[in-house]
Amino acid sequence: MNNYPALVVVAPLLGALFAGITAWVEDRFTFPIVLTSLGIGVAAAISNMALVLTSGTIQYKMAGWMPPMGIEYRIDTLNAMVMLLVSVIAFLNLAASYWNVRQETPDRAGSFYVMYLLFVVGLLGVVATGDLFNLYVMIEITSLSSYTMVALGDKNRAPLAALNYIFIGVIGASLYLLGVGYIYIKTGSLNMADVATMVPHMKESSSLLVAFILCIIGVWIKMALFPLHVWLPNAYAYAPVGFARIVAPLMTKVMVYAMVRLMISVFGMDYVFNTLDLAEGVVWMGTIAILAGGFMALSQKNLKKMLTYIIVCEIGYMVGGAWLGNELGMTGAILHILNDALMTFALFLAVGNMVYKLDRVDIADLQGLFGKMPWTMAGFVLAAFSIVGVPPTCGFFSKWYLILGAFEAGAYHFAAALLISSLICAVLFFKVFEVCFFEPMSDGHGDGHHGHDNAVAMAEAPASSLVVLAIVSVSLIAAGVYSGTIVDTVILPFLR
Amino acid sequence: MKILGFIIVCLTGGLLLYGTGELPAWGDPNSPASTHLSNHYIEQGIAETEVPNLVTAVLADYRSFDTMLETAVVFCAGLACFLLLRDYRPKKDHYYRHVPTGVMLHVKNSDRQIDVGREFEYMDKEWVPSDTIIKSVCRILIPFIQIYALYVVAHGDFSPGGGFQGGVTFGASLILLAISYNLKTLMKRVSEKFLGIFSAIGVLVFVGIGAIAMLLGGHFLDYAQYIPIFGEHHIRALGMLGVEIGVGFAVTAVMVVIYINIVSEGRHDEGL
Amino acid sequence: MNELLSLIVAKYNYWLYIILMMIGLYAMITKNNLIKKLVGMNIFQTAIILFYVSIGYKRDATIPIIQGDAGHGAGEAVIRAADYINPLPHVLMLTAIVVSVATFGVALTLCVKVYQRYQTLEEDELRMRLSEK
Repeated sequence: MNNYPALVVVAPLLGALFAGITAWVEDRFTFPIVLTSLGIGVAAAISNMALVLTSGTIQYKMAGWMPPMGIEYRIDTLNAMVMLLVSVIAFLNLAASYWNVRQETPDRAGSFYVMYLLFVVGLLGVVATGDLFNLYVMIEITSLSSYTMVALGDKNRAPLAALNYIFIGVIGASLYLLGVGYIYIKTGSLNMADVATMVPHMKESSSLLVAFILCIIGVWIKMALFPLHVWLPNAYAYAPVGFARIVAPLMTKVMVYAMVRLMISVFGMDYVFNTLDLAEGVVWMGTIAILAGGFMALSQKNLKKMLTYIIVCEIGYMVGGAWLGNELGMTGAILHILNDALMTFALFLAVGNMVYKLDRVDIADLQGLFGKMPWTMAGFVLAAFSIVGVPPTCGFFSKWYLILGAFEAGAYHFAAALLISSLICAVLFFKVFEVCFFEPMSDGHGDGHHGHDNAVAMAEAPASSLVVLAIVSVSLIAAGVYSGTIVDTVILPFLR
Repeated sequence: MKILGFIIVCLTGGLLLYGTGELPAWGDPNSPASTHLSNHYIEQGIAETEVPNLVTAVLADYRSFDTMLETAVVFCAGLACFLLLRDYRPKKDHYYRHVPTGVMLHVKNSDRQIDVGREFEYMDKEWVPSDTIIKSVCRILIPFIQIYALYVVAHGDFSPGGGFQGGVTFGASLILLAISYNLKTLMKRVSEKFLGIFSAIGVLVFVGIGAIAMLLGGHFLDYAQYIPIFGEHHIRALGMLGVEIGVGFAVTAVMVVIYINIVSEGRHDEGL
Repeated sequence: MNELLSLIVAKYNYWLYIILMMIGLYAMITKNNLIKKLVGMNIFQTAIILFYVSIGYKRDATIPIIQGDAGHGAGEAVIRAADYINPLPHVLMLTAIVVSVATFGVALTLCVKVYQRYQTLEEDELRMRLSEK
């Protein structure tokens, strides 16, 4: 009896509870417990992936009851891949952000780690579950812990940003819950596979159409698709670094996964693309999201906010790609979930190092960073190339699939938006590189210029975050080089 | 802004009204919702789980995974209130009342503190004279409320009740103590360290029951794995009781933690 | 006209909850005070809970607690599903109520923090104070 699907979710949860006790009693043990539980989670996710690749879809019955009476976890290759991604990024971030957490919330680090683990449990649960209402509860755990951790950041602006995030997030989750209610009334079941057998019999129903729209809009609000993205820039920019590094790569991508799961495994590609007539409109929405995100990023003066608008742009790629209606587009969107998580993680690792050393990341403050923080900037440059889409980094390959899918579906506007956004991202990042390359002038901030003309004092971030940045940068290239393998073994078996 | 809100509301309301066209009428016993799954729960529920209260049976057995996560949500909310609001900075000025004469003292310098004993009483800044009727009535009522709360938790299998309901009632009894007396009386009886650990232990009981079931060779939260230890008789009802007790612990502690932190703005010195 | 009226009468629970939900949504979007927005959020979530609970109702049925020989199986009596209302929506809404209370608690905590920092809870004043920083 292998319990890997449950273990991936239960190990961090147990770790959170034990850490919750030791945070009150003996604070030295909190970080080791948290790290160990996430390590067990990563090991379970790897075993899970290996098992799914060899023996096919796993069906795990919670509490021993057959679905649809009880809750089940259906783990196929897509699930397993995203679970592995979430566990690994969470584990790496924990190691990398040790010093950042000590700097930003020194007296409550233990409780911060407990909340962090609850966030990771929520994300893993969203990915693993096969039950519609369980998905709602997991979304709520994720949201609740993220509301709290966003509010721990910048003392002046973070509570208000978190409040706005709460209002919009609650609307999104409640719309999803309402959609599940409509599905339950029409079909009488809450299990994803069970509903999928009943949807073909009621294609003409207006209630099912409304249920689909409500669920999808709820998930769109959670993933910050333009114009429902208004909560994202403030919430992610003012969050503490240790948390921004995990929420930016993971939360919106996991919601994209939820949308793909709803489209494919609950309602079915046949219903979504043949019965409904919404696909073209949504591809236009994706196009507008890409362009709006790119242009809004151009006008930002703060590096963190600029990166959050790039996230909005990337979500446009994934939503547009998934709704193109052909296998290439969906492959591109799913591959982009993996790639964008890695790229955003690398970017935020680099930015977090800058925050650790400089305390402010307005672009004008970043002068001379190539000399002062060479390893951080190397990782930043590699991640920037990946976002622009330079081969052999992974960003190029997912963009390639998306463009091919756009041409096949005849959505030339989407392909044009993809190319324009690459250009915009290139302009954005070279603007930053230009500022970072030159030393500050000798009048004014004379700190870096005392006497040495050709050697600048290196003030690099702590070694733990640099090691993690190196690992992630290598994985960016590895994910690019092996993207063919990933598509063939993970994505195509899921889509067929 | 109001016009935008009105437009959004009209559009959403229109969409939802359009969707009700095909929904079954109210109270229809033949709708899919009332026949597909719920027939199994009603007809087979008591035979499979030996618990008459079907809501508890579904909550704590069939869909126990959801309940576990819900308890984790409650724990998360309590932890959030603590994490965001807790303020360890000492207060700057203190108020004391000399009991024999009734004179109020305001000490502005926080270093010099008066020993609180029989002569001096520590006062809240917004001190309200204590009301004998309220204090006496609440002091008598609180134990009965607590017994009722324990009854609700224990009889969740047979009558409406369960862990959440009983936990909230127990938490309410402690909050009643804080309201009728003052916050410091409550903090003397239940310190925040106790509450924090208690809430974590509550969720840990739930997850522990599930994890041990996994270790014993079954699926997560499969109560049937405990048959070798506890015997076949009523094993699922016993498992549900254990789980509900864990939920009750967690909800009690979190209710009190949320109240204490919000009402004193994190300082834990004075409240309503 | 007649069929519209019978439509409304047969499904009036859905109309009621939609009106309630829209009141909550309107309050969340248009009100200026943060606490009023929170109250609107609570009304919004409560309307959804009402919707779910109204799904489970069956005419002439009683609460979902099996009557009769409690605790040791139902004895010889056959349990008919039409006699008891649907327990599943109640279970789901227990979860939803707890989640809404938890979110409300966290939101109130954040309101306290905003008030501690800015001494006001009106959104237009807050926007003014933030933009002039």
